[in-house]
Amino acid sequence: MTAAISVRGAVKHYGALQALGGVDLDVAQGEFFALLGPNGAGKTTLISALAGLIRLSAGSIRVMGHDVVDDYREARRMVGVVPQELVFDPFFSVREVLRLQSGYFGLKRNDDWIDELLASLDLTKKADANMRQLSGGMKRRVLVAQALVHRPPVIVLDEPTAGVDVELRQGLWAFVRKLNEQGHTIVLTTHYLEEAQTLCNRIAMLKAGRIVALDNTVNLLRAVDGHTLRVRIAGDLPAGLNGAAPERDGEHWVFASDDYTVLLDRLVALRNAGAAITEFEVGRPDLEKVFVDVMRRAE
Amino acid sequence: MSGANLSGFKTLLYKELLRFWKVSLQTIGAPVLSTVLYLMIFSHVLDSHVTVYGAIEYTAFLVPGLVMMAVLQNAFANSSSSLIQSKITGNIVFVLLPPISYREFYAAYVLASVLRGVLVGFGVWLASLIFVFVAPKAPLWVLIFTLTGGAILGSLGVIAGIWAEKFDQLAGFQNFLIMPLTMLAGVFYSVHSLPVFWLRVSHFNPFFYMIDGFRYGFFGVSDVSPWLSLSIVSMFLAVLAALTLRMLASGYKLRG
Repeated sequence: MTAAISVRGAVKHYGALQALGGVDLDVAQGEFFALLGPNGAGKTTLISALAGLIRLSAGSIRVMGHDVVDDYREARRMVGVVPQELVFDPFFSVREVLRLQSGYFGLKRNDDWIDELLASLDLTKKADANMRQLSGGMKRRVLVAQALVHRPPVIVLDEPTAGVDVELRQGLWAFVRKLNEQGHTIVLTTHYLEEAQTLCNRIAMLKAGRIVALDNTVNLLRAVDGHTLRVRIAGDLPAGLNGAAPERDGEHWVFASDDYTVLLDRLVALRNAGAAITEFEVGRPDLEKVFVDVMRRAE
Repeated sequence: MSGANLSGFKTLLYKELLRFWKVSLQTIGAPVLSTVLYLMIFSHVLDSHVTVYGAIEYTAFLVPGLVMMAVLQNAFANSSSSLIQSKITGNIVFVLLPPISYREFYAAYVLASVLRGVLVGFGVWLASLIFVFVAPKAPLWVLIFTLTGGAILGSLGVIAGIWAEKFDQLAGFQNFLIMPLTMLAGVFYSVHSLPVFWLRVSHFNPFFYMIDGFRYGFFGVSDVSPWLSLSIVSMFLAVLAALTLRMLASGYKLRG
């Protein structure tokens, strides 16, 4: 099957600055894919090149098999982009904006789908309101509707939940998850790593314009000693814990292992050694730790 | 590669027309009013003292020049202000993401500029009827120079709107290039009334030919032959269109 997105040797220079340093990447159709990285890693540059907003210095990108330069019309019909910035056209109402966007994509009669989008994004009551009258959250939802107005098989969301309240964030993710279940390929960039961990099947991490990690989410999480046991003890840590050497974190002692049974053994050993345990909690591996480890290793 | 996106072009054209129509008091009413003020003041001061081309009263002479000045300035203002506003607010992305080619992009912006110029020019001519009735003797020439002049300034507006990164850069383009070239093109006078040096300088100003050719359409007389004016204006338009299209094709300041 044709890859939803295929990036080959993508290089982008802005003068002396190298924003992308040779990225190779395939995203399969139907994937929910995350593109993570610190600020300036090249995420938005890669998305912009994919959407035809910038031109690569070298390399190529295909969307659903269509080259974004040589076959830009088809490539652009295949992709809907929700930009990072909260941009809007102050001259028009929500419905006008969506009709215009439909027309740009060659769709003359699109009101049924526009109505469906407005309903799904809880914008029906604001359909005839000018864009200036909308709250930030509503403007964000209009951006999502604009990206979907031509029913693209590939949807790219560039930090869609930055500065968005919890209710809208949850509503947005429920909607995007539904689109993914319907077969749309989703590419997401976000700084909220728990969102990527929860939603995405596969994750690429970028640093300084290069991919430094690329795997499915489960494998990435397995790669770290992610399970932790945090224990608070009244008094000193007893001796004789079968060689275990926990780390001190404020008033807690932290044992780490990728195996739950090891942590259970530690807990039993502490109790057998007479430690007065006043509090304990078991933590699961999280993407934040993976991210920090990967970025540190990539330095 | 698939064919042209006619719907994309038509929608972009419609968007540009709707944009200025929604603020028509500012984009049509205001320029008509300010041009009429010119007409009122100059006709009051000079009408009884000056005749041009032998027997044409100064107020009548002034009307085609002012109409064309309104066409040119508003054609420039339309594409340039739309583009810089879209760039600065970031909503230019909505016309860069769809499958619209650079030629369709150019055609939509320039045609919208021409149409705004025509509307404002027509408004000025209607308002001028309060002072004097000047009907075109050769309407085809009027139409030709309106369309070519509007397209030239619409193209210049696209160039300026893409080049400028701040509103003051655009204002500089308008105040230090467009305005002097228009004012010194014979809107208020026949260039034959100028000293020889300035008469020759005027012949290097392409705006002079747009206004002179347009005026020929009204009176059947002009400073130079309308065919010469049409040749120069057409060449100027061809060069500017080629330059603008090349700029758009390269993605200069639009597609990083």
